[in-house]
Amino acid sequence: MILLRLVVAFLASIGRSTLQLLAATGRLAIFAGNAVSQIARPPYYPVELGRQLLSIGYFSLPVVGMTALFTGAALALQIWAGGARFNAGTVVPSIVAIGIVRELGPVLGGLMVAGRVSSSIAAEIGTMRVTEQIDALTTLSTDPMKYLVLPRVLAGLIAVPVLVAIGDVIGIFGGYLIGTHRLGFNSGAYIKNTLDFLTATDIASSLTKACAFGFILTLMGCYHGYHSGRGAQGVGAATTNAVVSASILILAANYVLTEAFF
Amino acid sequence: MAGPGDLLPHDTSTPGVPRIELRDVKKRFGRNRVLDGVSFRVMPGESLVIIGGSGTGKSVTLKCILGIIRRDAGQILLDGQPDDSGDRRTFLKQFGMLFQGGALFDSLSVWQNVAFRLRHARHPVPRKEARERAIEKLRRVGLGPETADLYPAELSGGMQKRVGLARAIATDPRIIFFDEPTAGLDPIMAGVINDLIRELVTEIGATAVTITHDMTTVRTVADHVAMLHGGKVRWFGPIEDMDDATDPYLDQFIHGRATGPIAAIR
Repeated sequence: MILLRLVVAFLASIGRSTLQLLAATGRLAIFAGNAVSQIARPPYYPVELGRQLLSIGYFSLPVVGMTALFTGAALALQIWAGGARFNAGTVVPSIVAIGIVRELGPVLGGLMVAGRVSSSIAAEIGTMRVTEQIDALTTLSTDPMKYLVLPRVLAGLIAVPVLVAIGDVIGIFGGYLIGTHRLGFNSGAYIKNTLDFLTATDIASSLTKACAFGFILTLMGCYHGYHSGRGAQGVGAATTNAVVSASILILAANYVLTEAFF
Repeated sequence: MAGPGDLLPHDTSTPGVPRIELRDVKKRFGRNRVLDGVSFRVMPGESLVIIGGSGTGKSVTLKCILGIIRRDAGQILLDGQPDDSGDRRTFLKQFGMLFQGGALFDSLSVWQNVAFRLRHARHPVPRKEARERAIEKLRRVGLGPETADLYPAELSGGMQKRVGLARAIATDPRIIFFDEPTAGLDPIMAGVINDLIRELVTEIGATAVTITHDMTTVRTVADHVAMLHGGKVRWFGPIEDMDDATDPYLDQFIHGRATGPIAAIR
């Protein structure tokens, strides 16, 4: 009898979790659909969009740049060390370029921006929720989805690909610095090897991933902030959930997109 | 007729028709039935104050009227028309609201907060004119033009309330809601805000609904009083009748007694 109860309790907990997951997925899909549908319906808030482009794009540049520079440098060393085991050390320029552009640039850039931006969006909108600023927007005949969410999501879609493109260049430059100063590559040959092996598909893959990641990380920040619980604890939880869910979704989307471009 | 700022012409109501009417409005959150059939009427130009203990659904009532919270059942009529019968933006344009904590937008300066509706209307008022109108409203609530370029974080609690008040009246709305207008203020500042609310409502000719625990606010601001308890309107009447009312719940509440039919710990 006790065993039966335990089994039922176990199954019930699985069922409850599944229902909660499905409900959360549904809420997120409705939220995303609502946010995207705002694009087709004026009024628009260009000043807000400009402010978010500055906040999400320009102010994330140092983080993305430093991440890309050190990743490119470390990658060059790893490929050199690994390649030397089977006399393939000379592939450093091409592997660094392909590795950075196709994978590490968008993924690490996306994760770093998610850490910086998703959390700040969730904290800002969550605080607005707790202090009734979102209710105030509604009473002032302004749709919070249009005024708060759409500019941030659009800014993510525009700024993150630009950030990733710059990060890709800086990452390759990091590999170049190590290759030419530490590993003894000729500067001209390094650049030629890099350019010869990169294809338009590599760049398209990088920018498509960046667009997707920009959408995900801003949407997660907005969603968790918008549905923030009460008080400091609610805002804190919203911030954490935004970063965690954005990071996981970025990694999952990266796999799906890599399969698509494979 | 919509022009800059989409201002509404004032008295468009039919005589004898309530400006706001709630009919058997119900709302529950999970198992907690907050509103269990709330009904009342507010006539044009009248000031209703809703009183009641914490958690009795005063704020929920206001938010249901505004559509911020969706009611489960019941009807809300504005000038005799159901609240969901027209364009939502046009519906909301009739309202101004002062929130309990001010709810000023941190990222905007004081004048931008006050002029928010003017600047974000379908036909936005030009920046210079909006600023001038915001400064005029700030002056009306006792704040000088030097406050216009400050940010909410630089203001005291009392000043934030005044800015919130200026924002609520910025477009001379037909209906103004005040949510705990004197909460967190010292008695002198509370008196100043109460007098301002009474003056402004009379001056604009607006219909006002105020929710408060503060009996001084009730006596200064109210034409009529509604007491919420147990999800219903427990008592409703003119302010002059409040002190003579025999309802034990109202009596306990207005005299602040710890003992009586309302449990002190809820």
